[in-house]
Amino acid sequence: MNSDVTDFASLAPAYPEMLLAVGAIVLLLVGVAINKERSLLVSYGAVLLLLIVAAIVLFAPAEGVLFNGVFIADSFARFMKVIVLAGAAFSLMLALPHAEENGTHKFEYSILALLATLGMMAMVSANDLMSLYIGLELQSLAAYVLAAIKRDDPRATEAGLKYFVLGALSSGMLLYGASLIYGFTGHTNLQEIVIAIAAEGRSIGLIFGVVFLLAGVAFKISAVPFHMWTPDVYEGASTPVTAFFATAPKVAAMALMVRLVMDTFQGITHDWQQIVIFLSIASMVLAAFAAIGQKSIKRLIAYSSIGHVGFALVGLASGTQVGVEGVAIYMAIYVAMNIGLFACILSLRSDAGYVETIQDFAGAAQTRPFVAAIMAIIMFSLIGMPPLAGFFAKWHAFLAAIDAQLYLLAVIGVLASAVSAFYYLRIVKVMYFDEPVHRFEAVPAELTIIMAVSGLFVVTYYFTVGGPLASFAHVAAGSLF
Amino acid sequence: MGLGIGLGHYLTVAAILFTLGVFGIFLNRKNIIVILMSVELILLAVNLNLVAFSAQLNDLQGQVFALLILTVAAAEAAIGLAVLVTFFRNRGTIAVEDVNMMKG
Repeated sequence: MNSDVTDFASLAPAYPEMLLAVGAIVLLLVGVAINKERSLLVSYGAVLLLLIVAAIVLFAPAEGVLFNGVFIADSFARFMKVIVLAGAAFSLMLALPHAEENGTHKFEYSILALLATLGMMAMVSANDLMSLYIGLELQSLAAYVLAAIKRDDPRATEAGLKYFVLGALSSGMLLYGASLIYGFTGHTNLQEIVIAIAAEGRSIGLIFGVVFLLAGVAFKISAVPFHMWTPDVYEGASTPVTAFFATAPKVAAMALMVRLVMDTFQGITHDWQQIVIFLSIASMVLAAFAAIGQKSIKRLIAYSSIGHVGFALVGLASGTQVGVEGVAIYMAIYVAMNIGLFACILSLRSDAGYVETIQDFAGAAQTRPFVAAIMAIIMFSLIGMPPLAGFFAKWHAFLAAIDAQLYLLAVIGVLASAVSAFYYLRIVKVMYFDEPVHRFEAVPAELTIIMAVSGLFVVTYYFTVGGPLASFAHVAAGSLF
Repeated sequence: MGLGIGLGHYLTVAAILFTLGVFGIFLNRKNIIVILMSVELILLAVNLNLVAFSAQLNDLQGQVFALLILTVAAAEAAIGLAVLVTFFRNRGTIAVEDVNMMKG
């Protein structure tokens, strides 16, 4: 087979990935060379690099299929990459203040985060079962180490170990599915699989393969019943790392899920639809009830993120272009809300350390009114109160389900959303009506800026970014049909 | 494929290995090293599947895929052992029942 790469300019669709890879290696060399006390410079460099790569993806787009068809850059990949890069950049910014205490002061932290982001971009752009696997593993292997980056903390290392074991199991399931799909269609290229399915129809081996493959991806988006690693890893890993896990990798895995079911398996829509509907209902319902009993804020966020994946899957279950738009918009808003949420958590720091349990938030509104206000806004947005961003995220997803006549799914979604209001509102109640327990320290400037940006996004979504985001998502979804 | 051993036999062996690997992870109550071995068993099953399909389809992609998996599996095992070492330094044990600081 001849290579389709004739000169450097023909690599344009892969420029962002190449820049990120080279940049990560350069920063690694810088990190090794410079003094340990100044290793935060590498983190600043990493944030800058991610923002530059995001700007290239956004403003200098190049579409095409590269490297013998294993890499695809289309509008959908572009949309998802922008969210992934923004999520990664902001969560690296969250790691800058008090880096020593979080274990994120080591320069390896930002290098690993950059490489994980590179893996996510490869996942989003995967057009072959092999490149899909390599991207997924690059993301996962870096993430296992990130979870345990605070290596003298027993909880962080336990989180890393659990993440590794269950992550390796999920990769194994995904690969087993991939091997069956290869065996029963004869191809590893996703476009050729589409043609093979259209020509030969569905076979039981293919369906088995799809089930295993989707189970592997469901692990990565932490959809029920493959969610069991999420609460433990989110609780054990240090908070900036949890912020990273809760944003960028979820978006990338969701993008992969969307591309697989909407594009590759479009010939067997009826089969995957049942799987997605099951994952969606199970995630929404279990998360809504399991989060009620949680005391640790990070465990609560873990269940909240499981629930939100369920809501996003409501849009995907419809199997329509409107549904894909809904998922894309949902993930963008989800990342914006979560970044703000983690900025609030990292801002509330007393002499007893960071807030761990929900009771630690008591009286935050009296000592830190700005943080409490942003936190309350984000909580209302996570519930889905209009006119905040979270409402429009759910609106797009549920609208797609109703268009596709999945009424039961939409009704269960709305009910689960109502149940989830309980645990979100409890945090607001504790912040505003309980007596203060801790004296919170002053908030670092970086976090104030991130909170302000996130708060502004959530409050003014409908009037500012909502329109452009929806039209961008429309174009993105269109490229899959 | 001579001697009456066909694709079905290879797939059956691979399926048994895969199941053994998955059960090895969930039913194992002793040692985390055994979990790492189970993970390798799962990847081995996948490789067997891919090579068998590759021979059956007379197509090289499956074997290329298997080689990629071998490489990544080595990296995965290295990282798994590294995380395990840091865990052992903190807790002084690698028994599965001691991985219990967080419940949920």
